[in-house]
Amino acid sequence: MNIHEYQARALLKAAGIPVLDGDVASTPTEAEAIARRLGGTVVIKAQVHAGGRGKAGGVRLAKSPGEALDHAAEILGMQIKGLTVQKVLVVPAAEIASESYLGLIMDRETQRPVFMVSSAGGVDIEDVAQQTPQKIVRFPVDPTYGLFPHQALRLALVLYRDFVQVKAAARIMEQLYAAFVANGASLAEINPLVTTPDGRVLALDAKIIIDDNELFWRPDLGLLRDETAEQPSEAAARRANLSFIKLDGDVGCVVNGAGLAMATMDLVKYYGGEPANFLDIGGSSSPEKVINALKIITADPHVKAILFNIFGGITRTDDVANGIVAATRQFKVAVPIVIRLTGTNEAEAIRILNAVGMTALSDMDQAVARVVKLAKEAA
Amino acid sequence: MSVFADEETRLLVQGITGREGSFHARQMLEYGTQIVAGVTPGKGGQRFENKVPVFDTVAEAVQTTGANTSVIYVPPMAAAAAIVEAADAGIPLIVCITEGIPVMHMSRTMPFVRSRAVRLIGPNCPGLITPGSRAKVGIIPGNICAPGRVGLVSRSGTLTYEVVNHLTCAGIGQSTCVGIGGDPIIGTNFIDCLRAFQDDPATDAIVMLGEIGGTDEQNAAQFVKAHVTKPVIGFIAGQTAPKGRRMGHAGAIISGSSGTAEEKLAAFAAADIGIMRRPVDVIELLRKRM
Repeated sequence: MNIHEYQARALLKAAGIPVLDGDVASTPTEAEAIARRLGGTVVIKAQVHAGGRGKAGGVRLAKSPGEALDHAAEILGMQIKGLTVQKVLVVPAAEIASESYLGLIMDRETQRPVFMVSSAGGVDIEDVAQQTPQKIVRFPVDPTYGLFPHQALRLALVLYRDFVQVKAAARIMEQLYAAFVANGASLAEINPLVTTPDGRVLALDAKIIIDDNELFWRPDLGLLRDETAEQPSEAAARRANLSFIKLDGDVGCVVNGAGLAMATMDLVKYYGGEPANFLDIGGSSSPEKVINALKIITADPHVKAILFNIFGGITRTDDVANGIVAATRQFKVAVPIVIRLTGTNEAEAIRILNAVGMTALSDMDQAVARVVKLAKEAA
Repeated sequence: MSVFADEETRLLVQGITGREGSFHARQMLEYGTQIVAGVTPGKGGQRFENKVPVFDTVAEAVQTTGANTSVIYVPPMAAAAAIVEAADAGIPLIVCITEGIPVMHMSRTMPFVRSRAVRLIGPNCPGLITPGSRAKVGIIPGNICAPGRVGLVSRSGTLTYEVVNHLTCAGIGQSTCVGIGGDPIIGTNFIDCLRAFQDDPATDAIVMLGEIGGTDEQNAAQFVKAHVTKPVIGFIAGQTAPKGRRMGHAGAIISGSSGTAEEKLAAFAAADIGIMRRPVDVIELLRKRM
């Protein structure tokens, strides 16, 4: 789960990491008031779940409360990578002596949280990793013990020579690790970590991604979710316990299992079509799930045809058939549906579909080729 | 002979009285798997299906029944603890089916697992099946499998069924099918399975089903090039997946520019792994190479 910079900042601040004063605003007048309270030059930063905010014009300097009002008015409502800006963060403009990068990610290969530290900060760390990987120091932490003080010190020495700053940075390393663990993060990033001309070490930007698997037992973290920052169809799917990602094509896909769902999208492409979505209805698929899935997919006006691809293992194909029939009774599905199902209770499923005049295929390739053809005819 | 599970498998089911555990324990019994014990704390002394003794702890179950494999169906918040309990009781093969375990739990669990002589398969996996031994540990439907000489290893569940079904319908049986799981942190990876299949006299060819995210397939391809003499064919799901989005499986995510399908397919090609463009291609590629 992505959270906003202002939320990540609050989590870091709660862990004791020094951040600049500042606050979040939803209206230009709120932004103006914050700028007045802070005094001096401020930065107005769009709060969206997308990178490249600066390039898109979503980060601006304001020299006065009046300018803050004007900039906030422009940034609020702005579209960045298809997402509408609903909030801005207003912080004092810091004077910067140096910029570094500090990140902590859950690493698949070492199976541990890994620190990434680099004196090349303030830029996209992906670029640094590709062009000058030697500029990033990586350090895996043994989660049994956590980060030892001498390890934190060693990482801080990668960045600074002045021992006041080294000690401050080492403390930030320990605090970042604590925040990472306490908030069930899969990524926690400070980019840039800066020094000011008067020698302080500060976190100027913050990014945290929370492991979705933590949310089940950490409702407090779930409260950080901003549904307005997501695609409405994806938010609706999550509430219906469906794993759904919207794409740009016109072939709607309803599949059981994530691997098969991806393979289905790929096969749509293979036969010359474009998938409209990724959708996994999961293992124990009740008819309700199928109804919700169809509602979400048919709400997309780009969808020209819908494919069901169900391989019944734990999933009972008759449950899916019942869901399809119930859905088409509840609301009119204006686009053609192609159904492929095989496996558990297949004969019963086909009987249920045939009774209402629908048919099913048992071969995945045949079904995909047919749905792609139908989508093309409708386009 | 086969890989990881065979007629010697004496299975223990952790969470045997739960909804998932009881359902799948019945399916495994029906298939012919030797289930010797179940564990649910607080239900010790009961019998599952009037047959399988239930214990409060794994240690007790192992001591009494000689269980040598455990399959875990306990809910996500207790699953990592269940893995540790099984490892602590000295069970050499642990298969964790549970989906949704926080990744930090697994990060903390793995050092303990690695400190014991234990193989963990999963979590978030369908388990494994050796049709020739009627040994099913997990949730792979037994009726789609057939005994034979092709080993299969996969990160996915239903995609595995799709491919196994193609094989069986074409008269190509399987030595063992292993689902290693869709999570970012898993106990057994592609290389572990490739090594086992390479060393298994009952396996003649290997099918690997990968997906986007991480570098496991790329590492596996290098291993194939250096150490595998049997024919290998592979598939990568998620060629049309957008970057930065988690495609259902927690581990199926392209981070930045790493973990893409192109990168993995290029590694396959460099290792002379036959590339399946579609699941159905498995048949022709195997026939060509076996």
